[in-house]
Amino acid sequence: MEKVKKGDWVQVRQTVLTPEGRAPQAPEDTKATPLLLWVKGFAKSDGAMGDKMSVETITGREVTGELTAVNPRYVHDFGDFVPEFLAIDVQLRSLMEEV
Amino acid sequence: MTRDMSYEAVMGRKNEIMKQAIGIDYSVFESGALAFDYERMMHEAGYTLEEIRDIQGATGVGNTPLLELRNITELARKYAPKGKGARIFVKDEASNPSGSFKARRAATAVYHAKKNGYKGVIAATSGNYGAAVASQAAMQGLKCIIVQECYDSRMVGQPEILEKQRACEAYGAEVIQLTVGPELFYTFLSLLEETGYFNASLYTPFGIAGVETLGFELAEQFRSRLGKAPDAVVVTHAGGGNVTGTARGLIKAGAEDSLVVGASVDLSGLHMASDNDFNRKSFTTGHTGFGIPFATWPDRADVPRNAARPLRYLDRYLLVKQGEVFYITEAMAILEGLERGPAGNTSLTAAFVLAQEMDRDQTIVVQETEYTGAGKHPMPQISFAKKNGVEVLFGDPDTEVPGKNIVFPDSPKAIKIRDFDLDKARRSYIRNSMEKCPYEGDINAEDMAFLAAETKSDKAFVQTVIKELKASK
Repeated sequence: MEKVKKGDWVQVRQTVLTPEGRAPQAPEDTKATPLLLWVKGFAKSDGAMGDKMSVETITGREVTGELTAVNPRYVHDFGDFVPEFLAIDVQLRSLMEEV
Repeated sequence: MTRDMSYEAVMGRKNEIMKQAIGIDYSVFESGALAFDYERMMHEAGYTLEEIRDIQGATGVGNTPLLELRNITELARKYAPKGKGARIFVKDEASNPSGSFKARRAATAVYHAKKNGYKGVIAATSGNYGAAVASQAAMQGLKCIIVQECYDSRMVGQPEILEKQRACEAYGAEVIQLTVGPELFYTFLSLLEETGYFNASLYTPFGIAGVETLGFELAEQFRSRLGKAPDAVVVTHAGGGNVTGTARGLIKAGAEDSLVVGASVDLSGLHMASDNDFNRKSFTTGHTGFGIPFATWPDRADVPRNAARPLRYLDRYLLVKQGEVFYITEAMAILEGLERGPAGNTSLTAAFVLAQEMDRDQTIVVQETEYTGAGKHPMPQISFAKKNGVEVLFGDPDTEVPGKNIVFPDSPKAIKIRDFDLDKARRSYIRNSMEKCPYEGDINAEDMAFLAAETKSDKAFVQTVIKELKASK
């Protein structure tokens, strides 16, 4: 179990609304799930993944939630190579040669 | 005493929270049962075009290049009837500091917040506007919180939104990420109440006035290069601010004859607040899921009176398909050497086909581009779609079903534009207005004139629609 120390940069998760508390206009599939919130901040205490803890966010707010990550990385990238785009590129080039 | 933070209680405090967080008393602009004085609101609560140019200029926003897309024009002419194939130009808004035209809106909003003594700004946005507000807040020394609708209930995030989180954090903002649902507004209100920060809404008079410089600038640039205003300006349409601000800027530049054409990606059938549908779309903005509801009822926004009122300005509204926009995004890179984000190329896709209907000596300006990169590039979008079970194939774009497949056109010839009937949108707007404020007797002259202006129609049209609505009851 990953441990964090006070002052570490972490992400916490909060349940904002339980399924019962969700807005009446939410679609049924959405209403069946809780409204969850994630925010990052400096841990205000030592702890381990899943612990409830408070963080101080970059704007100085205090938020309490369940610890979900430490030094969270950005997971998005350029994805898998999409060969369809290469086919489009080849087609476009050959069409331009005809123009 | 602790405040009641339940959904109902916070929503019940909406008006007082908003008044504090925007500093505009919208009630002074109200006039009829339906009507409010739109121009007075834009005039008194906003800034003049000259002031905005100064505000934007101080942070390097605006004055973006106007580029002629010669190769894409040539390609369009290949499929156009003889004598047709208008010249296509693009306003390269990706050159703004935060990589999109949203910097224009953010510059004025953050300037206004600072001038009025707010310590920070909050914006509810999953898109380019978040990065724009964060960038401006960094430049002008305010704190910044961005609230995103980011994940489905499995914590799977749309790559484009994840990239926006990164960008906002790069500019020093705090990013609040939520699962999908209409209660984002509740979290947003709670934060405004907690922090006392300014609501940097997309829809305030200063935000919209910030876009006016875009329309004004492109008309000026066009005149100095070609000696006249463009025949058509194609605008990617979502919440309505891009259309409204650009059209108002064109009018201020005396280019009221330029046709204002909106364009959106057709995402019909996908529910925007649905947990299941959330990650089945490959465009997070510029789509019909925002475009149609915001056109037919602008006051659904996070301010009492939305300054973005697209039906006042639209001459035509065109829909394109996801696969078509990706195709044109490739064309932009391969033929023009401009790698730009797909959502910003929605209007370019429409322009590619519109050009084939127009004469060769006519001109079209596509009024924006946006930056691209990890997450918000065609490649991550399509690989994400494939992982979410969306089929990707070549074929007839009209067989595309949002959420089920993405159909790349077999050839550029297969790219089409589909006219969304603006009269239908106007009818919906009038119906929504009448539902909000049911009239017992006949509608008064002021409200009648308001509805006609709101829908760019006339008294006869409004009367006919009201008669039809009464008959259908």
